[in-house]
Amino acid sequence: MARIGVFVCHCGENIGRTVDCTKVAEALKNHPGVVESVDYKYMCSDPGQALIKQSIAEKNLTGVVVAACSPHMHEKTFRRAAFGGGLNPFLCEMANVREHCSWIHEDKEKATEKAIAIGRTIVEKVKRNVPLETIRIPVTKRALVIGGGIAGIQAALDLADGGAEVILVEKEPSIGGHMSQLSETFPTLDCSQCILTPRMVEVYQHPNIKLYSYSELESLEGYIGNFKATIRKKARSVNEELCNGCGACTQVCIQKKIPSEFDAGLGKRTAIYVPFPQAVPNIPVIDRKNCARFKAKAKGILKEACGKCAEACLKGAVDFDQEDRFVTEEVGAVVVATGYQLYTIGKDQPEGLQGYGEYGYGTIPDVIDGLQFERLASASGPTGGQILRPSDGKPPKTIVFLQCIGSRDPQKGIEYCSKICCMYVAKHTMLYKHKVHGGKAVVFYMDIRAAGKGYEEFSRRAIEEDGAIYIRGRVSRMYRDGQTIKVQGFDTLAGEPVEIDADMVVLATAMRPQPGIETLAQKLSVSYDRHGFINEAHPKLRPVETNTAGIFVAGACQSPRDIPDAVAMASATAAKVLGLFSKDQLEREPTVAKVNQDLCAGCFSCEHVCPYGAVEHKEIRDRKGVLLKIVAEVNGGVCQGCGTCQATCPSKSVELQGFTDEQIYSEINALAGCVE
Amino acid sequence: MKIGYYPGCSLHGTARELDESLRAVSAALGVHLQEVEDWSCCGATSGHATDHLLSVALAARNLALAEAQGMDQVLAPCAACFSRLASARHEARNDAEIREKLPELLGLPFTNTVAVRNLVDLLRGLAPEIKAKATKPLQGMKVACYYGCLLVRPPEVADFDDPEQPTSMEEVVKAAGGTPVTWNHRMDCCGGAFSLSRTGSVIRLGRAILDDARTAGADAIAVACPMCHSNLDFRQSAMALRGEAPMPIFFLTELVGLALGLEPKALGIRRHFVSAAPLLERQCAAGKGVS
Amino acid sequence: MQEKSKSDGAFEPKLTAFVCNWCTYTGADLAGTSRLQMATNVRIIRLPCTGRIDPLFILKAFERGADGVIVSGCHPADCHYTSGNYHARRRFAVFNDLMEFVGIDPGRLTFSWVSASEGAKWRDVVNEATSKVKALGPFTTYPNAGLALGEVAHASA
Repeated sequence: MARIGVFVCHCGENIGRTVDCTKVAEALKNHPGVVESVDYKYMCSDPGQALIKQSIAEKNLTGVVVAACSPHMHEKTFRRAAFGGGLNPFLCEMANVREHCSWIHEDKEKATEKAIAIGRTIVEKVKRNVPLETIRIPVTKRALVIGGGIAGIQAALDLADGGAEVILVEKEPSIGGHMSQLSETFPTLDCSQCILTPRMVEVYQHPNIKLYSYSELESLEGYIGNFKATIRKKARSVNEELCNGCGACTQVCIQKKIPSEFDAGLGKRTAIYVPFPQAVPNIPVIDRKNCARFKAKAKGILKEACGKCAEACLKGAVDFDQEDRFVTEEVGAVVVATGYQLYTIGKDQPEGLQGYGEYGYGTIPDVIDGLQFERLASASGPTGGQILRPSDGKPPKTIVFLQCIGSRDPQKGIEYCSKICCMYVAKHTMLYKHKVHGGKAVVFYMDIRAAGKGYEEFSRRAIEEDGAIYIRGRVSRMYRDGQTIKVQGFDTLAGEPVEIDADMVVLATAMRPQPGIETLAQKLSVSYDRHGFINEAHPKLRPVETNTAGIFVAGACQSPRDIPDAVAMASATAAKVLGLFSKDQLEREPTVAKVNQDLCAGCFSCEHVCPYGAVEHKEIRDRKGVLLKIVAEVNGGVCQGCGTCQATCPSKSVELQGFTDEQIYSEINALAGCVE
Repeated sequence: MKIGYYPGCSLHGTARELDESLRAVSAALGVHLQEVEDWSCCGATSGHATDHLLSVALAARNLALAEAQGMDQVLAPCAACFSRLASARHEARNDAEIREKLPELLGLPFTNTVAVRNLVDLLRGLAPEIKAKATKPLQGMKVACYYGCLLVRPPEVADFDDPEQPTSMEEVVKAAGGTPVTWNHRMDCCGGAFSLSRTGSVIRLGRAILDDARTAGADAIAVACPMCHSNLDFRQSAMALRGEAPMPIFFLTELVGLALGLEPKALGIRRHFVSAAPLLERQCAAGKGVS
Repeated sequence: MQEKSKSDGAFEPKLTAFVCNWCTYTGADLAGTSRLQMATNVRIIRLPCTGRIDPLFILKAFERGADGVIVSGCHPADCHYTSGNYHARRRFAVFNDLMEFVGIDPGRLTFSWVSASEGAKWRDVVNEATSKVKALGPFTTYPNAGLALGEVAHASA
């Protein structure tokens, strides 16, 4: 027999002003199954909660309804109070008579009538609530970090220092990401590699970090606390155990003119190469697409070509027969930190993006992007740190910088702002002026976004101290005129068209997520937006979690950001993961689905609609071990409690605890006054 | 192949050679041009500078006529006419208010089923035939293809080729045996209808275009718009500053016609102000081309 | 089955709303916090996700005296559970036809996407649905509508 206690809160004036709480309590007193119905000024206060506990004890309550604010506000509070009074917390529900009633109506009579109806609905529901126990699942205290750029490195270090084991997977031959390509960083003009490489070395030497470089995630199975990751170690063609990083192989390689990815296409490398001198690990890799030996083999030529690197290696570390290998690692949490790529203005674009035909679709020489400029400015770059034109190697006397290329341009398919460009363009003008004293730096901008610490001051420095010329307007067209580039733009503040003969043009192109991000996100079952950026769980309050339990996100793969933000985000994910790992067992809300395996026919329509893959197959066997049927079973650790399975199930064998059909029908019936 | 044909005012007037060369080339390529009966002016610049609805209606009338005469597509060789007709089609498709008003305004049923095509689009589609039937290919004549404003812009109206880096004219010139040159001013405005009201601007703009074509090594400029032709050809003598060599301006159809072995006279080339004769003689004299 | 379409000034329709916890319920909370005033006719039933909604809930609501029903969830691509709202949308595309066949004017059923930040939109949905159903008049197609559970068994055919 139901013994429900109803507690109607005045919430001071908030409810009491429009809803007659005493009347509500009175009306519900006579509701079938209600044994106690009172009103009180502030139910969430200590005395208010004490009322509940007292009532549970005195009246032997089987359920509690608090008619007050929204459950999003205080459900946890009252459930804790009920638990304190000795009642299973899931036998306590809230009737929302504030946000959904007293605050949105003026008519006292109608509001009170509505509050009573809402109260009745929840009473009927609670009569059908069953006690539920918190689900506990074990946790593997190891974390997988995908991406070895600054965000991945920071997350790995914080996690490792926090006592967790870390598996760091990086798809390039070396960690470091784009930050390792930068010359100097804003707003301090710190040398990028100088501040980064110590961290890279720390990662390599940390006892808690296992680094898989030149590797990618192949698949991820399981659920929070219990993931199984399969990682593909791509074949370097070099035995990592034997190689000592002497570099003799790179000296003798006959292919010397391959465009270097690290130098953003401006420099050259060999086929067997280490991407840059400070690479971690300092182990070369063979680019099989360009290696003479492998190219010959691919053509079907039987005689073995070249092989000079293997001859030169004193350790015998070169292994032409090496193949990709797969390793599996068990982890409890995953951090996605795959970073960004830059948008290009070429004609060939992925779906939804357009190139810039007005700037020549990338065919005009000496029109470069931000990363290429960084390589020119970098002391370890292809020009030894001198700013020189790629076309003829001469120093440019006039450089025009264009902001917002791709970004903030719905016509080109990218409506967002890339956040860092205003800052790095100011930095570029300063680097240029420091190196080419008589040079002219012109910047075409729409706005200056310099919101970080010291950023505005840095921007002003470029203009006031280093003499960069800032023109507010856009460039409508660029073309090659002999040896120079004619840049035709508009100065909106002067109201005049502007034409500049530039020796070099640097485009501040939009930040986009890395290629293949959609595939990775699908492997992880995390959602992403139409640009490929990984979706955070809540844009304001949960920026480093995803909606997939146990998977976190850090850095530019979630949205464009600069280095300090990426680092902060990475540390935040480490805190979240360490919090997850701080318990031996994970607690989860028990409002998950449960299959009645007697009724289940094994059609698995539920499996088909479950967004989380929480439905497993269970064999039902008789005592002799004969297979009787295969039914569905819901993994309580994975199920997120949406209930789509129950709505889909043809026989209604699966029920979402806390939102069963019986409970919902009782609410519908209550509205008609049909109560039992 | 049959196609509706909307000559527009200029093809019967100042750009008569475009009409002549188009008819000659169409006949040679087996394209039957069915002229829209009772066609009227598309409105051109005056129309859309006066009133929006009027400009749409003036152009749409011709589309409605074409529809009534059973055509599914209409060729508008003049780039301005093409732009006006395509604009009317675009407006009627996207603006419900205009779409509802049109049948009453026109006094004709109008369901916007007739597609509008420009000259370059048609010729590009016929490029293989042109190549196959070219008895006197242009033998590498260096041609600067000048698009002007209205062939590929605005992109959603013209819906043809790349609005920043088009290649269709070059394809046609190549099929006719010519060598298109790479040059910068091919999309720059010639001054259009300001030929009369602001002649100075047209001179200035045209001069820049001609200079760039010369720098790029062009023997001639190919156009697909009567206004562009008029500005670059008729006004060319006023543009000369330092006695530069004259640059013949051809309609694309004239070049195609020459390649197909048709007589210059039949193509109306004598109507040009800047004589093409010296260039054509040089081509012949160099022993190129099979007679 | 003829519907009596009358605009009765005294008639106040009853509407039952099935909403998802993460978007619309929270959006309705926001409407409350913002003190946006709206019609009093709607009673909300909270579900974790619109994917949980069985079409039978809607029929039951009509059977039990509702004159109109609102179903509201997260915008496409924003479902907290990734795809629940897509399943709901597909279900109801089919269900709409069944509604007409069964004799329920589709005007009585309102679908909407209301996100957690769209308090004002929720207010508009409530007001518009209420006035629409009010214009359609009381729902009398089901003879047993409004009867208490115990009385259904005794009702004559």
